[in-house]
Amino acid sequence: MHDKTFRASVRILAAALLAMLVAFAAAPSALAEEGGYPNANVNVHDQGSLQRGARLFMNYCVGCHSLKYMRYSQMAEGLGLTEQQVMENLNFTGAKFGEPIISAMPEADAEKWLGKAPPDLSLEVSARGADWVAAYLKSFYLDPSTASGWNNTVFPNVAMPFPLWQLQGEQVPVMSPAEKGQPATIEELKLAHPGSMTPAQYDRAVRDLTAFLTFVSSPDELVRSRMGAWVVIYLVLFTLFALVLKKEYWKDVH
Amino acid sequence: MGAFTEWFNERAPGLGAVYKKHMTEYYAPKNFNVMYYFGSFALLVLVNQIVTGIFLTMFYTPTAAGAFDSVQYIMRDVNWGWLVRYMHTTGASMFFIVVYLHMFRGLMYGSFKKPRELVWLLGMLIFLVLMAEAFMGYVLPWGNMSFWGAKVIITLFSAVPWFGHTLVTWIMGTFVPGDPTLNRFFALHVVALPLVLLMLVVLHLGALHEVGSNNPDGIEIKQHKGHDGHPLDGIPFHPYYTLKDLAGVGVFLIICAVIIFFAPSVGGFFLEHDNSIPANDLVTPATIKPVWYFSPFYAILRMIPSKGLGVLALAASIVVLFLVPWLDRGRVKSIRYRGLAYKIALAIFAIVFFLLGCIGADLTPGWIVGIFGPNADITTIENLFGRILVILYFAFFAFVWVYTFFGFERTKPVPERVITHA
Repeated sequence: MHDKTFRASVRILAAALLAMLVAFAAAPSALAEEGGYPNANVNVHDQGSLQRGARLFMNYCVGCHSLKYMRYSQMAEGLGLTEQQVMENLNFTGAKFGEPIISAMPEADAEKWLGKAPPDLSLEVSARGADWVAAYLKSFYLDPSTASGWNNTVFPNVAMPFPLWQLQGEQVPVMSPAEKGQPATIEELKLAHPGSMTPAQYDRAVRDLTAFLTFVSSPDELVRSRMGAWVVIYLVLFTLFALVLKKEYWKDVH
Repeated sequence: MGAFTEWFNERAPGLGAVYKKHMTEYYAPKNFNVMYYFGSFALLVLVNQIVTGIFLTMFYTPTAAGAFDSVQYIMRDVNWGWLVRYMHTTGASMFFIVVYLHMFRGLMYGSFKKPRELVWLLGMLIFLVLMAEAFMGYVLPWGNMSFWGAKVIITLFSAVPWFGHTLVTWIMGTFVPGDPTLNRFFALHVVALPLVLLMLVVLHLGALHEVGSNNPDGIEIKQHKGHDGHPLDGIPFHPYYTLKDLAGVGVFLIICAVIIFFAPSVGGFFLEHDNSIPANDLVTPATIKPVWYFSPFYAILRMIPSKGLGVLALAASIVVLFLVPWLDRGRVKSIRYRGLAYKIALAIFAIVFFLLGCIGADLTPGWIVGIFGPNADITTIENLFGRILVILYFAFFAFVWVYTFFGFERTKPVPERVITHA
């Protein structure tokens, strides 16, 4: 009899433990939703997307932002490009192929011009998440009250002017009616003057740029996921052999 | 016997005996269940931490100016550096998962009861040193959460009366965490604490092998010996349990590999997002919280309104675990034959520990908004909920003492011999 109760209690405990593990596993995704940013849908295994993102970064971002932990040579490897392709199309600072991607803007000047030196973006996606980066790049709007004339709903009062405005166009805020005693809040952003891209094209550009920054944050991810499948397959085989061996030895244990 | 073995045994007769005592002639109960894997796993993770740690030490720079860069150097420029670092960071979290389950096993089957009180105490010391080791290791990458975590945790010592603030400065070696802090934490993390940990593990195993392992039935197998003098319900650790553990290790490594290769940060739990930002004493992270494995204890600290009492409760929550062998007076060891109330209490305790962890990891504000709507008073609800949990945490130990000391427990008859489900 005690055997049954024992098994029942073990099952209850096992179920409780399992529930905890599941809760822990589900917690990160719940947290991600809580951030409230739509899924950036990046795919770091799409080399075309990474290459387009790199081109956008080198055309619009590297003027102010460095990627000091990423070398041009490592970028070439991850993006499937040759040294020549990178040096001719993606390196505008005259840096050597083996050198890191450093902005040409002197930091001291940047601080004088913008009030705050533009941060290095090597680990931006690790720190804030791809969803945040994509949402941020879509959330600039015209605001005459700021020094740069731009503001951002994801990062209010950000010092950065919007460098991609020619692509996205100019957004203006749609205010919700103010409640009594409360300041009016921004309900949504409306495209007032279209840019050179359609909204769909711009979304794709942001996705590419975010994918590139995701790759820059953890370049190991490309190697990891390819290798991981083989490691797991090997370990499954190893476990099966170990299990057979164990069974063989345990035959005489009663 | 081979010529080499003979040659060897003539010169070191003691070593063969040690091997026999702990492997081929260490008789372990034959009815171990799945809860009995975690000790072996912990040993494996310890070896992993030491080996990967040695390689990380070769490339890491223990200075405030160089630490963060050197970690990125390991991740990007050192061959296989990312793999070694992820093995180390994943190992740290897995160490705690495994150790918590190992401790829970002890509570389930009464592995702390006579004659194994010393085994439990040595295990608790290992847990204590492990917490210090993990905390100092977490500071080394010198990210912003490393910095603020170090600052908050070290500042807890200011609650010590009279010389608290002097103590804080003495530990940090400076007034805000900086080079001296990083240097000493590196020395302690890499040299001092691993040595202490290894010594304690040897003592833990030595003490265990002296009295023999407990088992899911909570029976002393040494009470029934065969003609050969070996326990009837025992089997030699090697080859039986070495092979069983090998299969278990396979499963364990599959879980670890999935984490290392596909989700090494585990959504910000194993590696926190704010630690991708270099240490900055001017920018405080939005929420300062320790890594997940400290979160239950951190929640106990946070839920107590006074700092002094909070630190005291935090210390008490760990000290009380040391006392378990003397709080639990029940004669019956295994949960299989213990009173229903103990089973329920232990299950509640596990759930309380988990929920405290959720509070410490700052998951609860989201839940509260989800349940009570966006206008809910998060702090009040969280404090109420959290304080009930803190009371329940300590109530478990009080209950177990009352339940067993005054003889309220109705136990079931314990069988003479172990029961196997093979």
